[in-house]
Amino acid sequence: MLRTLYDKLWDSHVVHAEEDGTALLYIDRHLVHEVTSPQAYEGLKLAGRRPWRIDSMVATADHNTPTQGWEKGIDGIADTVARLQIETLDANIREYGALSYFPFLDPRQGIVHVIGPEQGATLPGMTVVCGDSHTSTHGAFACLAQGIGTSEVEHVMATQCLLQKKSKNMRVVVNGQTGKGVSAKDIALALIGRIGTAGGTGYAIEFAGSAIRALSMEGRMTLCNMAIEAGARAGMIAVDDTTINYLKGRPFAPREDQWERAVAYWRTLTSDSGALFDASIELDAGRIQPQVTWGTSPEMVSGIEGAVPAPEDFADPVKREGVERALQYMGLTPRTPLTQVKIDKVFIGSCTNSRIEDLRAAAGVARGRRVADNVKLALVVPGSGLVKRQAEAEGLDKIFIAAGFEWRQPGCSMCLAMNADRLEPGERCASTSNRNFEGRQGNGGRTHLVSPQMAAAAAIAGHFADVREIL
Amino acid sequence: MQKFNRLEGLVAPLDRANVDTDAIIPKQFLKSIKRSGFGPNLFDEWRYMDHGEPGMDNLRRPLNPNFVLNQPRYQGASILLTRDNFGCGSSREHAPWALEDFGIHALIGTSFADIFYNNCFKNGVLPIRLPKAQVDELFAQAQATPGYRLGIDLDTQTVKRPDGLALRFEVDQFRKYCLLNGFDDIGLTLRHADKIREFETKRRIEQPWLFA
Ligand code: SF4
Repeated sequence: MLRTLYDKLWDSHVVHAEEDGTALLYIDRHLVHEVTSPQAYEGLKLAGRRPWRIDSMVATADHNTPTQGWEKGIDGIADTVARLQIETLDANIREYGALSYFPFLDPRQGIVHVIGPEQGATLPGMTVVCGDSHTSTHGAFACLAQGIGTSEVEHVMATQCLLQKKSKNMRVVVNGQTGKGVSAKDIALALIGRIGTAGGTGYAIEFAGSAIRALSMEGRMTLCNMAIEAGARAGMIAVDDTTINYLKGRPFAPREDQWERAVAYWRTLTSDSGALFDASIELDAGRIQPQVTWGTSPEMVSGIEGAVPAPEDFADPVKREGVERALQYMGLTPRTPLTQVKIDKVFIGSCTNSRIEDLRAAAGVARGRRVADNVKLALVVPGSGLVKRQAEAEGLDKIFIAAGFEWRQPGCSMCLAMNADRLEPGERCASTSNRNFEGRQGNGGRTHLVSPQMAAAAAIAGHFADVREIL
Repeated sequence: MQKFNRLEGLVAPLDRANVDTDAIIPKQFLKSIKRSGFGPNLFDEWRYMDHGEPGMDNLRRPLNPNFVLNQPRYQGASILLTRDNFGCGSSREHAPWALEDFGIHALIGTSFADIFYNNCFKNGVLPIRLPKAQVDELFAQAQATPGYRLGIDLDTQTVKRPDGLALRFEVDQFRKYCLLNGFDDIGLTLRHADKIREFETKRRIEQPWLFA
């Protein structure tokens, strides 16, 4: 039978199946962070259980960690509740162990979805879980990577398995060539604009097509990262040379004596030609403009050449009301061209766009320019300590600092504002993160999702700008 | 996990699509290392006029009178009517914890985000998917009728309206069985421990690089 990549990944992990199709899926890699794990460890403890296989676990603290004041050590975390959560993870790892732990202040610490691939802890053919919805990111490596809730975190710890029913298959084919200034982020946003934030609900999405093949691993991770924003728990991309070249030599990648064998297996991780998908979407990469969201859901998005819509553009009453509420929250007037929308802050970071390629792209726009006077804060937060070091080796930090950006320590930072980096009520931000929900970046804050280049362009202009005119 | 069998309760209509988990329980409350106590901060940004932080005395905070769950007629609601894509966004299980802690034990809507849907079952909260036309009618009836109540029976998979009409819903049989019995998932899975070990041994041989 012809099978999709998702079918293959699924089939190769089923340990047991119930009559209704609910399966026990074996989990190869369990990524852990401080926010969604404490209750799981507590549950484990209360039941007197131990983790099934600690060498499947890789942990880090990223959501709560500050992006400055690291020289003060753990005492630099002023928020005692956040600090307790970070210390709780330290204690749990001490007690139970893990394959690897990158605690706060470790030079390799960073956002869990950045460090997994960077360390080679994410490999093709794996099932990867993490108590975090953006685990879909890892699907870029042809693995079945999914976000899970805390009860499931505990379940995976205790049993090395996840109880799950199979999703349907969706293929998103992006053919053609993206124009300059158009990145994986724009492909992701354009897709969500097309199918909506519930468009992928119940599906696992495979991204395919010439424009996807042309993406670097960083770009593929950006795209799979946003699969969850399209409603799909998992996004994935087949193995090719790009995947294999990226993995070679990473700390947890197969050693030399096993490398060839691993690669031979990985090469089979593609959809069979002619395999059936339950749904198919096609996008033409050449027609995608740089994207900017204008509302409070990632599907409320437009090309930069567009304008803020009016509620009456939407026929469905629930949608219309949603748009009305969104415009009110965002403080936007219908029909305003997006290039006239002024911003207060800029955030370049998050598991969507904080990898070296993202920082290079943003620095390319910032080089030799200055952040506009009306922009109060322009933050660059690398995804990990290693990304930061690499960027510094390339002199990107100097470019950003010279242009008036702040160069910070790695972490989730203003993506969800659990630490001190946040928007004040009413502030408008050009952000490379993945969610523009109400209050996401700070109570009352207004988030516009964009690519790193578009964020840098907005920082320089003081309002959204078409980066294609700057490049 | 908590059992769920039958529920008869007051219905509150939350008439918005794409209600995300950041709205259900804002991130500042995720710093807790406990599973309980999230109820007072359910829908925090919509429910209160001020900005909420952990540790505040929620009883002294100014309520937003326009928010549906603050209206006198919906006090004590245990069933929440929702629109499309409820629970989208993060995997935080704090969302169903907050709903459950507040007293919401069932949700009825057209669609739920996958991870959230899953998390509900683990916490004795039943998310029910119904066709749009039926949900529209429930909204209309709930809004028009003070004290509007529904009866939910998981065993027969029905939602019973006050006018006697029974709406049938689908649910995975395995999930239903676990919820009806309040089974501990982990305990159930560990019955297959030998199978898991067997699978693991095979995997160790076939893909040794996956094992440190
Ligand atoms: S960067 Fe943002 S989306 Fe990514 S894991 Fe951190 S908080 Fe979640």
